[in-house]
Amino acid sequence: MDTEAVYQKPSEEEVKTLLTEKFPFIEVTGTEPRRVYAKLPKENVLEVCKYIQHNLTFEHCSTVIGVDYVDHMTVVYHLSNYWNGLMIELSADLPLDDLHVESVSGVWEGANWHERETWELFGIVFDNHPRLERLLTPKTYEFFPFRKSYKLRGSE
Amino acid sequence: MTDSIVPVKEIEEKMETDKMWIIMGPQHPFSHGLWTLKIKVDGEIVVDADPIVGYLHRGWEKETENRTYPKIIPMADRLCYAASMTYTHLYCMTVEKALGIDIPEKAKYIRIVADEVCRINSHLMWLAAVGTDLGNLTVFLWAMREREYFLDLNVKLCGARMTTNYPRIGGVRNDLTELFERDVIRTVDRFEKALWDIIALMDDSSIIVSRMKGISYISREQCANIGMTGPAMRGCGVDFDIRRDDPYDNYDKVDFEVPVLTAGDSYARYMIRIEEMFQSCDIIRQAVQKIQALGKNAPYRIKTPTKVPAGTHFMRMEDPRGESLMYLVSDGTDKPYRLKVRSPIFTNVSTSKVMCQGCRIADVPAILAQIDMCLGETDR
Amino acid sequence: MSVVVEYTSILDFIGFNSYSLMDNQYYPFLDEYNLPYAISYGLWKIIGGTIAWLINLIFPGNPVSEWLMGDGASTLFALIIFMLIIFIVVFVCTLISLWMERKCLGRMMDRRGTMIGMKGFLQCVADGLKTFMKENTIPGKVDRMTYMWTVSLVIGVSVLVACMIPLSGRWFVVNYDTGLLIVMAFFALAPFFILVSGWAQNNKYSLVGGMRAAQLMISYEVPMLIMIATTALLAGSFNIGDIVYAQNDNVWYFIPQIVGFITFFFCATAESERLPFDIAEAEAELVEGWQTEYAGMKWGLIMLADYFRGYVACAMVTIMYLGGWTLPIIGDGPIPEIVFLLKTWFVFFLMILVRAALARVRPDQILNIGWKVFMPLSVVNLAIVLLLKVGGVF
Repeated sequence: MDTEAVYQKPSEEEVKTLLTEKFPFIEVTGTEPRRVYAKLPKENVLEVCKYIQHNLTFEHCSTVIGVDYVDHMTVVYHLSNYWNGLMIELSADLPLDDLHVESVSGVWEGANWHERETWELFGIVFDNHPRLERLLTPKTYEFFPFRKSYKLRGSE
Repeated sequence: MTDSIVPVKEIEEKMETDKMWIIMGPQHPFSHGLWTLKIKVDGEIVVDADPIVGYLHRGWEKETENRTYPKIIPMADRLCYAASMTYTHLYCMTVEKALGIDIPEKAKYIRIVADEVCRINSHLMWLAAVGTDLGNLTVFLWAMREREYFLDLNVKLCGARMTTNYPRIGGVRNDLTELFERDVIRTVDRFEKALWDIIALMDDSSIIVSRMKGISYISREQCANIGMTGPAMRGCGVDFDIRRDDPYDNYDKVDFEVPVLTAGDSYARYMIRIEEMFQSCDIIRQAVQKIQALGKNAPYRIKTPTKVPAGTHFMRMEDPRGESLMYLVSDGTDKPYRLKVRSPIFTNVSTSKVMCQGCRIADVPAILAQIDMCLGETDR
Repeated sequence: MSVVVEYTSILDFIGFNSYSLMDNQYYPFLDEYNLPYAISYGLWKIIGGTIAWLINLIFPGNPVSEWLMGDGASTLFALIIFMLIIFIVVFVCTLISLWMERKCLGRMMDRRGTMIGMKGFLQCVADGLKTFMKENTIPGKVDRMTYMWTVSLVIGVSVLVACMIPLSGRWFVVNYDTGLLIVMAFFALAPFFILVSGWAQNNKYSLVGGMRAAQLMISYEVPMLIMIATTALLAGSFNIGDIVYAQNDNVWYFIPQIVGFITFFFCATAESERLPFDIAEAEAELVEGWQTEYAGMKWGLIMLADYFRGYVACAMVTIMYLGGWTLPIIGDGPIPEIVFLLKTWFVFFLMILVRAALARVRPDQILNIGWKVFMPLSVVNLAIVLLLKVGGVF
């Protein structure tokens, strides 16, 4: 994929067309000024991220967010372009019985800690992550406190 | 470095010199909060660094899921003590976006003023920290003295010094108090002169400059990749400021410059923050003019529904320390389903290995002062 | 059997040896007049005479009374009082410089400094009391013996060298011909103990701090000794008194040795481990450096020792470059001690200014400064002095 053209300042429309042309499985759910929202299957996260990072010059990964929707989980990536302030929101649904997704910390080193955090709070495993250890919570924790199944005391 | 005649490397390998882990923190003068930096040193040279955070993890995001939207505002204040207003502002913006409402012009400008006051506040706190970390207590006290004036502005604006609880969903809590415009302009004018004193104390001292210059170089590409944001990033040559490139709340209607340096060292990060303080003064002046043009009786707050329609929304803003982002998942009730905060320092502190490698023990505080630690938002 | 039998009045006892102080056969200062000793000798005459009179009242004609007032006992007890006087004066001078630092530094930083009693002077007393009343904690895994004796030696050597500084031609402890060298030798001893103490504490910060103390020492000690030799060369003597009076006869040495004065001032700052050269206890990265494991009274004494060393460093600058206790035209004057102390405090004030304005240097920078700046400057200074000496100006 390195041989392909590098788009330094893609507009929202360009990002939309490029992504959907290159990866037919991506579903662009909406665009706003400087925002592109897209959905994709979890198997293709790494591939798409590499493309976005290298060919669309999204140099910065703002966050990796986990959301627990009880029946499934979602990983949300916010990717930021430093050339024109564009942001892509990628979300990938994970079924509860297979909470694995490929780690993007090889693409953006900055995603490292966000993935660690998401793992320790939601139990979403990032495959090939260099160091998937507990970060904010004590190392002895064996549960994932931010899941909806974990009730706060006094919240009944 | 020139090659020495003596093969130092080989001799060291033969001698099997021990490398030593020094654990700095959590109670350490340089940490400015509760966190630990484990550094591995070879003599005085740092070869590895491993930050440990989480001592202050309060489960902020989980806690918000059990509160109604307005009740989260005071909690957002507690994310960061030095720049509390920016987080409240960000939270309100996120909820407003989810509600799909547009707030009054006056409220937007008031938020800009409050934000920039907070930015100067936070940068002065950072300047004080840099002073102590370099060993000069005078800088610390002078910066803290200047900060008092801006805390007084906070008092004048909303009655609180640090945890302000001022922005509201749909505007701000109260209109500008009487004579606030006059006071803020006076404070800013005074501050611009007083800041030069501190700059003279820092920049005219070759010791301080030599402690920062050429230390902990990070290239532009590396900086973007490791996720460093904020003034530290602009010191590495990334020309990006969310206020300018992804404007929110009328930042596109004020005119300011984004300082960028390509040196990429500790000194560049220092210079960026100093310059940003001057730019903030400019922004405050312009925003105050705009507020005055709007007139005294312009609306500053609109009524908002308590229930937020279902959907996911995010907003990001330029915090004094970098890019902060809030991601809101609402399910149609009066409580958020999930609220995630992206804190700039959380990512910046994860880069401390890159920043510290190859420097000396004495440089570690001077380098890490440049990321302006605040543990409230790091651990959440 | 005894002469005391004839005495009845207390005044007889006090004036027992009515000959002058220096006629005492055990007079310890050869043929020189020593003011603090004279004071203590007079004090003992009053105290000892009173005691002897009291004893004589109860047991008339006893030998103890006579012994108490004899030459030997008088000298012995006078020396004990002499030691106390010397120490108390140095101690008070140090406390005053401590107070001065707090006050001046506070004003420079736009705050008030200490406020408790006598314009804040009593804060030193309060701090001293506080540290003395703390529990004497010794961490579990330290090498107890080394841990204790190194700190005692650091403090002891600092106090000793502070007491050895003469305040004037009549206020001294010993008047060696090599006085300057001996003061410098004792002054330079402390870093060795700091190094050992750093090892003894079983703490990585202390270890690094101790190593840094050694690093600091090798960077300033050589230029400092060169400058001492230069001054001695100019004065023709290592005797402190001779150096001072040589300056009085000609001109204060900071005029011919302006380079040396400035360099020595910074070397002295480094010697007393003050900012910007306090790398051994750099609190930003090393918590408290080699003092990390010392708590309570030990820490209080270490801090006090630091100020003793600061006082000595300033006194050295005064003696070597600012004419000691003499003033131009007036010479010795009626109270040279005050002149000397005022000059010392002036130098200390310069050190406070430096501390308020500068930041801490890095350990590798201090080596650079020591060997690439101080060393050439001291040699240049030596060259200038040699030229002056050869040219016959001095």
